[in-house]
Amino acid sequence: MVKTKFRPQTGFMNRELHEFPGGVKFKTYKEMTDTIPAIQHPLPNKIILPVRQHIGIPSVPIVKIGEQVLKGQMIADADGYVSIPLHASTSGKVIDIDDYAVPHAGEHEATCIVIEPDGEDKWFDIHPTDDYLSIDPKKLQEIIRSCGIAGLGGAGFPAHVKLHEGVVNTVETLIINGVECEPFITCDDRLIQEKAHYVVSGTRMIRHAVQAKNCVIAVEDDMPEAYEALAKWIDDDIELVMVPTRYPAGGEKQLIQTLTGKEVPSGGSAIHIGIVMQNVATAASVYRAVTRGEPVISRYVTITGDVGTPRNLQVLLGTPIRDCLEACGYQHNDNHRIILGGPMMGIHIRNTDIPIIKTTNCILVNQIRPIPEEMPCIRCGDCFTACPIKLLPQELYWHAKTENFAETQNYHIFDCIECGCCSYVCPSNIPLVQYFRYAKTQIAAEERRLDGADHAKKRFLMRQERILAEEEDKISKLEKSQIISSATITETEDKKSYIKEAVTRTRKKRSEIKQRQSDQDKNND
Amino acid sequence: MTKVELATSPHKHNRSSVFSKMLKVCLALIPGMIIYIWFFGPAIIFQVVLSIIFALIIEFLLLKIRKQKLSLYLMDGSVIVTALIFALMITPYTPWWISLAGISFGIIFGKHIYGGLGQNLFNPAAAGYIFVLLCFPVYMNNWPVATGINTGDNSSVDYLSIIFSNPLSSNTSTITSLYSGETGRLDAVSSATPLADMQNRIASMDMVSEIRTNPIYSTLAGKGWEWVNFGYLLGGVILLILGIISWQIPTALLGGMIGISLVFNMYDSEIYASSLFHLFSGGSMLGAFFVATDPVTASITPKGKLIYGCLIGILAYIIRIWGAYPDGVAFAILIANSFVPLIDKYTRPRVVGEN
Repeated sequence: MVKTKFRPQTGFMNRELHEFPGGVKFKTYKEMTDTIPAIQHPLPNKIILPVRQHIGIPSVPIVKIGEQVLKGQMIADADGYVSIPLHASTSGKVIDIDDYAVPHAGEHEATCIVIEPDGEDKWFDIHPTDDYLSIDPKKLQEIIRSCGIAGLGGAGFPAHVKLHEGVVNTVETLIINGVECEPFITCDDRLIQEKAHYVVSGTRMIRHAVQAKNCVIAVEDDMPEAYEALAKWIDDDIELVMVPTRYPAGGEKQLIQTLTGKEVPSGGSAIHIGIVMQNVATAASVYRAVTRGEPVISRYVTITGDVGTPRNLQVLLGTPIRDCLEACGYQHNDNHRIILGGPMMGIHIRNTDIPIIKTTNCILVNQIRPIPEEMPCIRCGDCFTACPIKLLPQELYWHAKTENFAETQNYHIFDCIECGCCSYVCPSNIPLVQYFRYAKTQIAAEERRLDGADHAKKRFLMRQERILAEEEDKISKLEKSQIISSATITETEDKKSYIKEAVTRTRKKRSEIKQRQSDQDKNND
Repeated sequence: MTKVELATSPHKHNRSSVFSKMLKVCLALIPGMIIYIWFFGPAIIFQVVLSIIFALIIEFLLLKIRKQKLSLYLMDGSVIVTALIFALMITPYTPWWISLAGISFGIIFGKHIYGGLGQNLFNPAAAGYIFVLLCFPVYMNNWPVATGINTGDNSSVDYLSIIFSNPLSSNTSTITSLYSGETGRLDAVSSATPLADMQNRIASMDMVSEIRTNPIYSTLAGKGWEWVNFGYLLGGVILLILGIISWQIPTALLGGMIGISLVFNMYDSEIYASSLFHLFSGGSMLGAFFVATDPVTASITPKGKLIYGCLIGILAYIIRIWGAYPDGVAFAILIANSFVPLIDKYTRPRVVGEN
């Protein structure tokens, strides 16, 4: 195909763009994979499906070990509202339901359903939904939920939750995010180039599901092929916008700011300003779910970096990462580091048995760079300049390091999106994001602990009360018996005074505890 | 398979380092330094070399005492920047032991006592300079005459005997002779700086236009000094372009100085010298671009930087006009340094999404 010089087509580019603060520009390395067509990755020997591939409550397995399952059959059901079902990626036998290593920064293990493929890849009985425009938006949301669609951009938030909130509130603008701002990753770019029709139709379906007034599909200005592919399918109903390439332009808050000039309120979410955002891959999944009834069982994954033939693969969920790497000619080397996701926000993994899940967009093989020693902060302010949220990372770092977590909250630590720009530019090589993550988890743990501590305190005080009451009871009984016995047995004065003392002591203690308790209650009030 | 250390995101870095930043500051000082040496003699080269050697020794000892990692801190470049700026602040005729005292004070009490790199409240170079200025005013107020004035020929000065004079010699003959004018050599070539001359003569009721007829003055400010300041301005612009410093501090500092000097100059131009005179005199440009912008001791918020810079500009002018010392930039910077925590606290920028 002759590459035509990119020319923005009039009619699409009429939206006034705004700039988000901070951010960084760097070499994107997208040319390694963005022109190579994706190929279907063959059936692996083993499919490992974690029951939690999204943000929220893990789904609950509904199959048993030894059971035969078909491709697209639900094998774990959603547990609650912020949860989605899970489907078998291929037909085969469930051989294990146990803890396996999952994609996680802390190398955690979690419940997975392991399927041994039978090689037939036989589909479960799935049904398309005809004429989606005529059905109730709520029904459409239900289809999206039942097909296990989570945000495929990386965060993995259950799609139906965002869409449901969208219907409850009024959606001004639906934004379909094709801005892949992390270097190396091209899975969305390839998906758009190869399945633009899916993306555009899926966009229309999501639009119907949330009843959005406006609809925008955004791509980066270094994705001209994707832009042109989308432009072929788009009518006047959808705006197609190119945003300047700058990290993290594809972050939800940043893209909203770029496209609308609005800021997502601190502590709030996009829907509070009338915006719903979904990833292009999510839109394509919605298209599949509606037109075929096909759940999310595969996705595009970019395999790039120091591998023989970097490219995009269409991979069944649950395929071990090792299979994908080997398919791209990866030779193991001790100097290599494997990163799941992009270099800015991806997680480092050491175990290649980890499966591809709904949110896996990239496997990046990197040379290990010796981590330079951390120097003290010289307050140069480069991190502040780079921060897209306009936080003061150097102040946050200071308070996080000294474990002054209350102060980190005053400096809006929970508005941090962990994009990594601050660490990227820090001349002292301070792992700022790591400090912020630490502070966030500590604050969350402290909140949980306080909740628990309140209960423990109540239990403790009640127990004290009970013990004292028992003691008092004993003493009064003793007193009574003394009075009775004093008639017959002559008591020494010593013993009597001892009992009296004990009684007063107990009473004093009791009143003290009561006092303390009431003080506590007052404080709590 | 050997277990590699688990890395956390981001796995990418722009390869900047403290050292590269410090190196760029040193390089940006070069234009000003060359002009300074051109006008005020090669003694400056000795001061720079001495200061750097002293600074490295003191830093080495302190890092040893504090059990800090030498490989990490000794060559981070920060102490070289401190030494360089200190050497450019003191007079080229400073005896070595004063230089040693100043740099020691700066590094010990201006830096390590707070916990070393990045922790200090006051700029170490300015602190060291002010320390020796207050302790040894006689030595510190003798400045060479710029080349091209009078018959002054810097090359004839035995600056080496001044710099390397022995402070402990019993009859102090060398020093007294040098400073009392016994030999007449130093007096012939040393003078008050234009700022000091201006201050003294205004105090004795001379008028600015009258004072400016003295050959030590030139079009903008003092002969030589205006060019030195221009050199630092050039270096400052380089730092701005390289992104090492932000525009707010120098702009606000110079703006504050222009503002206050303009008001008084318009009130009476025969008592108060012009804004340009102040901008291109003494340590204005060195202070504005290299000392006040020291990231460790400066404000970090955009608004805070403006307040901080403006404060220095105004304070420096006030000290120049009504203070006991001819130049006030270093004093002003130290005073403003002490306000930085307060300024930062009340100028926190609005976070995206904050109401």
